[in-house]
Amino acid sequence: MDRFYFDHNATTAVSQEVLAVYLPVLLEVYGNASSIHHHGQIAKQKLETGRRQTAELLGCAAKELVILSGGTEANNLAIFGTRPRHVVTTRIEHPAVLNTCAQLEREGIEVTYVPVGPSGVVDPEEVRRALRPDTGLVSVMHVNNEIGTIQPVAEIAAIARAAGVLMHSDGVQAAGRIPVNMNELGVDLYSISAHKMYAPKGIGALYVRKGTALAPMLHGGRHEQQRRAGTENVPGAAALGAACTAVKFADGSLRDQLERGVLERIADVTVNGDLRFRAPNTTNLCFDGIEGESLVIALDLKGFAVSTGSACSSGAVEPSHVLTAIGLPAQKAKSSLRFSLGRSNTPEQVDRLIEAICSSVAHLRRLSPMCVSHV
Amino acid sequence: MSENLLAVAMSGGVDSSVVAGLMHRRGRKIVGLTMQLWNQRRLPEVQSDAATGRCCSLDDVYDARMVAQHIGIPYYVVNFEDRFEEQVVKPFVNEYLAGRTPIPCTLCNNFIKFDEFLEMAAGVGAEQMATGHYAQITQHPETGRYEMRKSVDTTKDQTYFLFGLKQDQMARTLFPLGGFNKTEVRALAHELGLPTADKGDSQEICFVPNGDYAAFIDAYFKEQGIDTGATRGEIVNQEGRVLGEHAGVHHFTLGQRRGLRLSVPEPLYVISTEPATQRVVVGGNDGLLKASFFAHDVNWISIPGIPAPLRAQVRIRNKHIPAAATLTPTSDARRVNVHFDEPQRAVTPGQGAVFYDGELVLGGGWIEN
Repeated sequence: MDRFYFDHNATTAVSQEVLAVYLPVLLEVYGNASSIHHHGQIAKQKLETGRRQTAELLGCAAKELVILSGGTEANNLAIFGTRPRHVVTTRIEHPAVLNTCAQLEREGIEVTYVPVGPSGVVDPEEVRRALRPDTGLVSVMHVNNEIGTIQPVAEIAAIARAAGVLMHSDGVQAAGRIPVNMNELGVDLYSISAHKMYAPKGIGALYVRKGTALAPMLHGGRHEQQRRAGTENVPGAAALGAACTAVKFADGSLRDQLERGVLERIADVTVNGDLRFRAPNTTNLCFDGIEGESLVIALDLKGFAVSTGSACSSGAVEPSHVLTAIGLPAQKAKSSLRFSLGRSNTPEQVDRLIEAICSSVAHLRRLSPMCVSHV
Repeated sequence: MSENLLAVAMSGGVDSSVVAGLMHRRGRKIVGLTMQLWNQRRLPEVQSDAATGRCCSLDDVYDARMVAQHIGIPYYVVNFEDRFEEQVVKPFVNEYLAGRTPIPCTLCNNFIKFDEFLEMAAGVGAEQMATGHYAQITQHPETGRYEMRKSVDTTKDQTYFLFGLKQDQMARTLFPLGGFNKTEVRALAHELGLPTADKGDSQEICFVPNGDYAAFIDAYFKEQGIDTGATRGEIVNQEGRVLGEHAGVHHFTLGQRRGLRLSVPEPLYVISTEPATQRVVVGGNDGLLKASFFAHDVNWISIPGIPAPLRAQVRIRNKHIPAAATLTPTSDARRVNVHFDEPQRAVTPGQGAVFYDGELVLGGGWIEN
């Protein structure tokens, strides 16, 4: 069976150009980047090359980057490390931010969750209203992982800055998908992850604006300017750098082809979230009257990988907290699927996906008691 | 949609693992599905450390996934938590509070497994579903009616829990283990190299792994913010004399002797529970014997119904040996009078009454108050 991958927001395959950098480093550059000798020096070089290339993508200085294990660690470090007394964030953040904030709450720190309307785009004024004299950190994601909406991070950062509050943004779904520039965004902290941009899992970075106080979470050696102890993942850093160098932004045409095809051929489908402010690779569609979980399985059995909601620990699907947060009724949230496109996809694949969706949705609607109008 | 795709309901236990392995070996195209029914992290006070019998525990899902990988079939976990709570857990709790003793496995079979789950299987393209139940389904060559029989291994027979199955559900259901003994199933599991071959059998109701239903109901009430004290009341004898107090009617089931905490010389058993007055009535063993009762919401399986009284054997709980009785129709086609030849002990409202003709399952209904 041919298999096609439309779940690039979950993760991506390692690209040839990244592999070409990664493998030789993995095989040959085994030195510890902290060692004085030749092997250590070569490793250090590779590490710093990766850091520099990453900094170029983000428009920041190399030494403003802490290389770490990925998006989750970056978000944890930003939120815990700034030791805020009060945090302002949103209800549509990734669990790596939401559950980190929940942990802060258990530790007695207050968190305000700004509501987000049906557009899936945060209103900067809501953030301004949530600020308090003791607010230490604002954390608003750049691109939402489930609906792809782009948040007005620069505007929110300006509001935070004017109030003397640090600004963090989870940029895991933004870096490599849309142009990002730390100075233009005006953020103090920014999380990125390599495996969303065709590099391996287990590597990422946190941008920390020069002069920002940040306490480490991991204690040990004096790595990463004492912000993240642990022997550096040199091949990972090299791969991250290579991935940043190889970034090519999608023009959204495949996503538009998919949306157009589905909306033209299937009744009662809606696009979740704002159509203007969104990343070019993501669409989240609600198919009235069907269980999204069944559609994901039916499509997978036909060779098409898409996703719905978020998987709980057993692997079962739970209704998306993002769709619920933007006001979708539970049943609509359960009827929604995320399609996230990437480099491997072609117009021909998208056509085949549209065909598969059409036949599966028709089949499910024939069976569904939820959907009498389609019988 | 793939033709002839078969969904196997995989619990992570040895029986459903063998079903998947066996049907794959017979050349069927298979998708393995596990229902996530209950979040085991809820109600931690009633959790058990027992390695098996924990429904939807991560261990069981892990095992089911391992089996699916071993066989080489696609496998998915599907979320039925909300539906399970609505259709099984809440009715289970409410039945206890109404002074009856429910059977959640039958509710789950009727409203989840052979209903919405079967529909989901159809939705993903599987026209048929196979489960690890010990029971046999055959189709009558002349009438075309689907019939159900006890499993070959009578010690494992699960027909008592399957009396709610409708003809259209049976038409789409396979019970591949109905013709095997449990020892043969174990042997098959080893022969197929299944990772679950030596896993113990589950014993209790899946979402109450430690078997303490009353503690589960107390914990569920606590979680829902309901005062459990509201079901406290008196223990009285058949003459109405107060003998003591109890902590809630849901702690008692008909015929129960333990937990009454009464200092009386003769052995006393629960004869009935009266939810309206929250009284638990106790008496001697003779008070538990009953010859006649009505069954409601009767579902006919191997026969279309009974126009006239019919001789049958009736089972009134899972481990009960079916006893000779006469079934008499009433004006309500779904209500039947059951009259035993010999009075039976503890005919318990809320339990199922399943009618047999030898190995054949005629149908069954719910025992009325």
